[in-house]
Amino acid sequence: MEEISIKDIKRVSDALYQSRGVDFSNYAFSSFKRRIVRFIEINKIRDLNDFTTRIESDNAYADNLIKEITVNVTEMFRDPSFWVILRDNILPRIEISSEIKIWHAACSTGEEVYSMAILLKESGLLKYSKIVATDLNSNVLKVAEKGIYTLKSQEVNRKNYEQYGGLRELSDYYTVMDNHVQYDPDLIKNVDFRCHNLAQDGHVSVFDLILCRNVLIYFNFELQEKVINTFNSNMSPGSFLAIGSKESIRWCKAAGYFNEVSFEEKIYRKKVEATQLSNIRN
Amino acid sequence: MLKDIKIVIIGGSAGSYNVVKRILSSLLADFPLPIILCLHRLKDIRNGFAESLNIDSKVTVTEPHDKEQLKPGFVYLSPANYHLLIEPGQNIALSTEPDINYCRPSIDLAFETAGFSFREKMAGIILSGTNTDGARGLFNASKNGAFTIIQDPENAQFNTMPNEVLSYFKPDRILTDDGIIDFINSLKCNSYA
Repeated sequence: MEEISIKDIKRVSDALYQSRGVDFSNYAFSSFKRRIVRFIEINKIRDLNDFTTRIESDNAYADNLIKEITVNVTEMFRDPSFWVILRDNILPRIEISSEIKIWHAACSTGEEVYSMAILLKESGLLKYSKIVATDLNSNVLKVAEKGIYTLKSQEVNRKNYEQYGGLRELSDYYTVMDNHVQYDPDLIKNVDFRCHNLAQDGHVSVFDLILCRNVLIYFNFELQEKVINTFNSNMSPGSFLAIGSKESIRWCKAAGYFNEVSFEEKIYRKKVEATQLSNIRN
Repeated sequence: MLKDIKIVIIGGSAGSYNVVKRILSSLLADFPLPIILCLHRLKDIRNGFAESLNIDSKVTVTEPHDKEQLKPGFVYLSPANYHLLIEPGQNIALSTEPDINYCRPSIDLAFETAGFSFREKMAGIILSGTNTDGARGLFNASKNGAFTIIQDPENAQFNTMPNEVLSYFKPDRILTDDGIIDFINSLKCNSYA
């Protein structure tokens, strides 16, 4: 096939919207294109018309493409210094009335959910925590719920966990089965896995902490703005938002609702008066 | 045409650090184009690299945030453990998708996306390195009209990376480190606007 153009990419995203109602029109171009091209190459697709027709007529096919576009495997305890700040500086500042409410937005296959559960367990807070973990892709949520990962991927996880200064061995939290590992299901006892699409869905609940690291990089400015607004409306005053260390909300108008708590780790705190402002507007 | 070049992308791995340092120290503060440095680096060391490149450099070396707009006279270093891509809107996007050819950042990806977005207005340069990253991306960028350069394998500390390019295609120029420095400085009258 000839090189895929911007127009071609738009046709594919239109077809996905037509058939499955999932809107990719505000995804960042280069990464989105790369995923499409990869799918085209692997499946030896020769004709773009055939491709879009199949997306529109074959739901399972379209769903599989959506999965290929959105799966985003990450590491446990990626950026150990982030998890250290979270443990030492952020969690102690969350006032616990009855429980800590945490949202992992676009949690993919759940690596950060398990990292968080381990952090909370070692801080003695897991039993007081209520975690909601969402993704638009129900397949990755199933992976997260099962907690089964490759043995090989534990090398980098273990290294990160050690740098973070975990209290135990990471291997204490999983059992090995051939070349896979199964994480302790007790870790996710208080986790509610739900389908939610940041590009299109709104309210989830009100949280003390939202984690959405290295997700905004796949969105364009418009969608970033929308997502930050969604987060704001799901946060209590004084609650925290963490994004990836190289992501920034400085281009968003909604940045005004937040104070920066850590520039290095991109942790923001919702201003108290911001809630009052948004209440007035609504 | 060389005078139309608006962006320079440099890919390097083992043995490229000193050449990059020499390039940076040769540039005047008012160098008119953005330069992207896609250099292989340790994944778990986030700090120190940009700082060390800034010593002796009159242009500012920075690690960009996602969606940062390219500006003339700035040098953008790929952050540790992220891929760096150039968007059609001429801003930078980052990605955490898996390693490509064991690399993140992937030089292939930086070349390929910059080539798509800038076409014949991009110059791509491959320096020393012990792996094969970058060749495929530079080839794809050249198909989109990019001007392509490799460090002379005889002159590179490790020649695997430039040699890999020669297995794909013949780049526009094969230059020594001094030749590369002269080439980049020859763009000093170009304009980004």
